[in-house]
Amino acid sequence: MDEDKDFTLFRGRVLREGSGVARPLVRRHRFSTRLWHWVNALVILVMAMSGLMIFNAHPRLYWGAYGANDDPAWLEFGAWTDAAGVNHGGITLLGHTVETTGVFGLSRGADGAELALAFPGWMTLPSTYDLALARSWHLAFAWGLAVGLAAYLLWSLVNGHIRRDLHITRAEWSPRSIACDVVDHLRFRFHDGAYGVLQKLAYAGVLFGLLPLMIASGLALSPGMDAAAPWLLDVLGGRQSARSLHFLGLCGIVLFVVVHLAMVLASGPINQLRGMITGHKREGGGP
Amino acid sequence: MISRPTLSRRGLIAGGGLLLSGCDRIVRQPTVAGWVEGAAGLHQPAQRLLLGRDALAREFREADMSPTFRSNGNTEGDAAWAAHAAEGFARWSLRVDGLVKRPLDLPLTALKAMTQRRQITRHDCVEGWSAIGQWQGPQLGQVLAMAGLMPTAQFVVFHCADKTDEAPYYESIDLVDAFHPQTILAWAMNGRELPLEHGAPVRLRVERQLGYKQAKYVMRVEVRDTLAGLYGGKGGYWEDVAGYQWYGGI
Repeated sequence: MDEDKDFTLFRGRVLREGSGVARPLVRRHRFSTRLWHWVNALVILVMAMSGLMIFNAHPRLYWGAYGANDDPAWLEFGAWTDAAGVNHGGITLLGHTVETTGVFGLSRGADGAELALAFPGWMTLPSTYDLALARSWHLAFAWGLAVGLAAYLLWSLVNGHIRRDLHITRAEWSPRSIACDVVDHLRFRFHDGAYGVLQKLAYAGVLFGLLPLMIASGLALSPGMDAAAPWLLDVLGGRQSARSLHFLGLCGIVLFVVVHLAMVLASGPINQLRGMITGHKREGGGP
Repeated sequence: MISRPTLSRRGLIAGGGLLLSGCDRIVRQPTVAGWVEGAAGLHQPAQRLLLGRDALAREFREADMSPTFRSNGNTEGDAAWAAHAAEGFARWSLRVDGLVKRPLDLPLTALKAMTQRRQITRHDCVEGWSAIGQWQGPQLGQVLAMAGLMPTAQFVVFHCADKTDEAPYYESIDLVDAFHPQTILAWAMNGRELPLEHGAPVRLRVERQLGYKQAKYVMRVEVRDTLAGLYGGKGGYWEDVAGYQWYGGI
């Protein structure tokens, strides 16, 4: 009974495992979606890794217009040496320090030497401290992020992708429908065809929330942009707030990617990959 | 032992002997590197298009100023500078030369006697931190107008008294930023004479760019038609030794 309800509610199909019926190939993703997805995956990977390298240059975050070493930081990555001469790394959030030796604050380089770096080399681009090179990569790929997102949103508006696939209907906004989708996810029952409400929320949140926030807060870090568009700082609450939001936005993107990949794995990764590469996938879920 | 990032920054410029991961091999691959650096050529024209010549950096109120304004980079000049500092820069003068009609030697008293601009602005270090301070001095454009630019003038170079491993600090900007109303030769900071660690007697303030462009300990202002042939040829100390972008607006 529940399944029928879901069927009408989400205009999609509920995965029926082991149905044994030969499943035909169905159209899944448009070319524009597939192109943007893979270009963006690369762009975001490069921007995240080079961004972490840039963060390593000053691993402290503040709220407001200014913030430097003498000002209180709400988040700080650091390294210290104890009385026995042993080095430690840690993260201090709102005055509470958590030891993260080996990963954050203190890690080992390729030659085994201890390095006082906020994020370890294996997470950053390049893997060794090079602020200038990381900035070159970050800023070059920022064009790909901004131009790519603008073009994709515009095209998705024109071809109806936003209206048809991402628009959350009034019925879907109801707590009951959201609760239904949560329960389905907990039971590992995934919607095939049309997106479920949680999926729409996640994708719309990234497209219209997180990525625009990353672009706006990134632009606000540029002193030239601040002269050209001072309202950016008014909206974001000052340059150091913008820097904090830029970092928190990255945390949001990382969370999205982790959940996104987990969902792909849980709902038949081969079939999902096929859908995002060729545009067609087997009807229903599973590999 | 913990290697400080500030130490490793210099140590890694040579880059030799380090085991580079696959990612790094791509990053350092000349074609890829050339493509990425080439994108940097887009940044300045795109930003200038949005910015125009005269858009001002935000100016703040006294209440918005940082309680402490940290000093960064070198905190003193060379021996000749130290001798001037010991005399309170009484016999010091700023040399203005290169592609100008009338080379000048301007003592500190002359700079103080010119029309002054006072501005409370945000200093943004390339590393990520910001500090808000008050700066005062004559507009660079005023000084350049006194000297009179030759028609071939393209860049203004600031030669500084501070050195790192024998390499003198220097910086350069184009004429758009040189004649920007907020570009000043600051001899005062936060209402008093520029402290020694902040670049006394005079430092550049070019408010729409990052901290490394704000040359301290400015001894000589040279007007040039090209940056080629000057030190490493990239227009600044950090540009030469660490590959920082010459245009520091981003």
